[in-house]
Amino acid sequence: MSEVRQLVETLYVRESRRVFASLVRLLGDFDSAEEAMHEAFAAAVEKWETEGVPANPRAWLVSAGRFKRIDAIRRSARFDSSKADILRRQDGLQPDEKELDVGRLEDDTLRLIFTCCHPSLNESTQVALTLREVCGLTTEEVARAFLTTPPTIAQRIVRGKSKIRSANIPYEIPSVDELPERIEAVLSVIYLVFNEGYSASSGDAVTRSDLTGEAIRLGRVLMELLDDSEVAGLTALMLLHDSRKAARVDMDGELILLEDQDRSLWHRDAIQEGRQLVAKAMASGSVGLYTIQAAISLAHAEAENSSSTNWERIVSLYDLLLTAGENPVIELNRAVALAMRDGPEVGLTVINTILADGHLKDYHLAHAAKADLLRRLGQKREAKTSYLQALELAQLEPEKRFLKRRLQEVS
Amino acid sequence: MKYMLLIYGQEDAWTEAERMECIEESTDLCEELLAKGQYVASSPLHSVTTATSIRIRNGKRFVTDGPFAETVEQLGGYYIIDVENLDEAMAIASRIPPAKKGTVEIRPIFETARISDLIEQAQVKS
Repeated sequence: MSEVRQLVETLYVRESRRVFASLVRLLGDFDSAEEAMHEAFAAAVEKWETEGVPANPRAWLVSAGRFKRIDAIRRSARFDSSKADILRRQDGLQPDEKELDVGRLEDDTLRLIFTCCHPSLNESTQVALTLREVCGLTTEEVARAFLTTPPTIAQRIVRGKSKIRSANIPYEIPSVDELPERIEAVLSVIYLVFNEGYSASSGDAVTRSDLTGEAIRLGRVLMELLDDSEVAGLTALMLLHDSRKAARVDMDGELILLEDQDRSLWHRDAIQEGRQLVAKAMASGSVGLYTIQAAISLAHAEAENSSSTNWERIVSLYDLLLTAGENPVIELNRAVALAMRDGPEVGLTVINTILADGHLKDYHLAHAAKADLLRRLGQKREAKTSYLQALELAQLEPEKRFLKRRLQEVS
Repeated sequence: MKYMLLIYGQEDAWTEAERMECIEESTDLCEELLAKGQYVASSPLHSVTTATSIRIRNGKRFVTDGPFAETVEQLGGYYIIDVENLDEAMAIASRIPPAKKGTVEIRPIFETARISDLIEQAQVKS
């Protein structure tokens, strides 16, 4: 393979979605931009071979894609009046220089992210569009990641793009007063993608690392472009969770609980990066919910084993989370930490209260946590009842197998 | 781009005093939109008990007393606004007083050249 071809291929992996993002702004249409992006990379292989590699390859690609596309549209406009719109928009544009300014090109990725995560699109559409248009996954890859069929995902993406077009969802970075709400929507999409990869809601495998990887990558891109403590907080949270990937499942794909994990398998670099990001986010003055959760995850990551974990700090971080509003799942997690700090009886009392409130009575982890505390207290018969309840509610195969193993231990 | 904002709510959710206040507030908003060149039209609608629905099937006309759909929340009024994009339409929809009790649905208006011409002519005439 020629050097130029190799360079273009490397650039394609790194830059193609950014080039696409800029072309969406310049052409005003997702589908035209996608075609233009491919044409630009094809042209690069040819031109750079003879003319040399330009000083700013990304700007070159954007510019080439745009010209190729407009040219093609001009040629076909006679036959297709729906394209006339794109042409009209082009005629009103300034010539290149300003459009291809480095800062504007950087912002295009943000524009693309905010558009794909626009609150007027439903969450499943936001997720599909983000993975397809921002991350560049194929429809088949998105479908596989969410255990659904390619036609379902394709339909979601087509509908999303059509709403963006016909409702005129702006291709813009939101204004300052809208920004917090809009960032929240983007972060929630990223975290959803991560969680789907980290603890898939159904199916046979525990993690799907392509999704966790994409989510972390999105977090990093967003950190480069936006100065927001929660962006750092979420990225830290994902890195810290992901650092335990190798220790979370055994050779047979069975789930291993945090307290039983071989901590030497934890990914130190990820923990180190997570630590720095938590420190940065904590120092920013506005500490949000993702940052606090990352701080909790960090407290686990920094402990040599379960008993030397700083449970005091973890309980107080959960208390801080609960000041943002009632949340039974967080209360459950706090109860588990409390059990570690003050003993299983204390935790059990709290979990019984939570279950009595009825919010979590169908949540398998609430029954599993209760069962675990009963097991520690040696109350085997009661533990068995709770394990059975958890087993009935669990969806994920490895979780079911784990609960069955525990059930045998207490039987 | 033009958007239609459709206001849905329960008709009995408002006291007479609240209704009057709502109309005052809404009219202020309309004046503000007009000054910004974003106003096309708006009106509250009479109660859904005054609604009539028409269907033509096989050339025969069927008239029903009542709205298209019997739901708890009824269409109670509308705005047509002319703004840059959906974000601006959402910002205005959030400021419509009935949004606090009911729901404001935003629908982009499909414009054809002939209809746009007619709207312009109508505005010039009035």
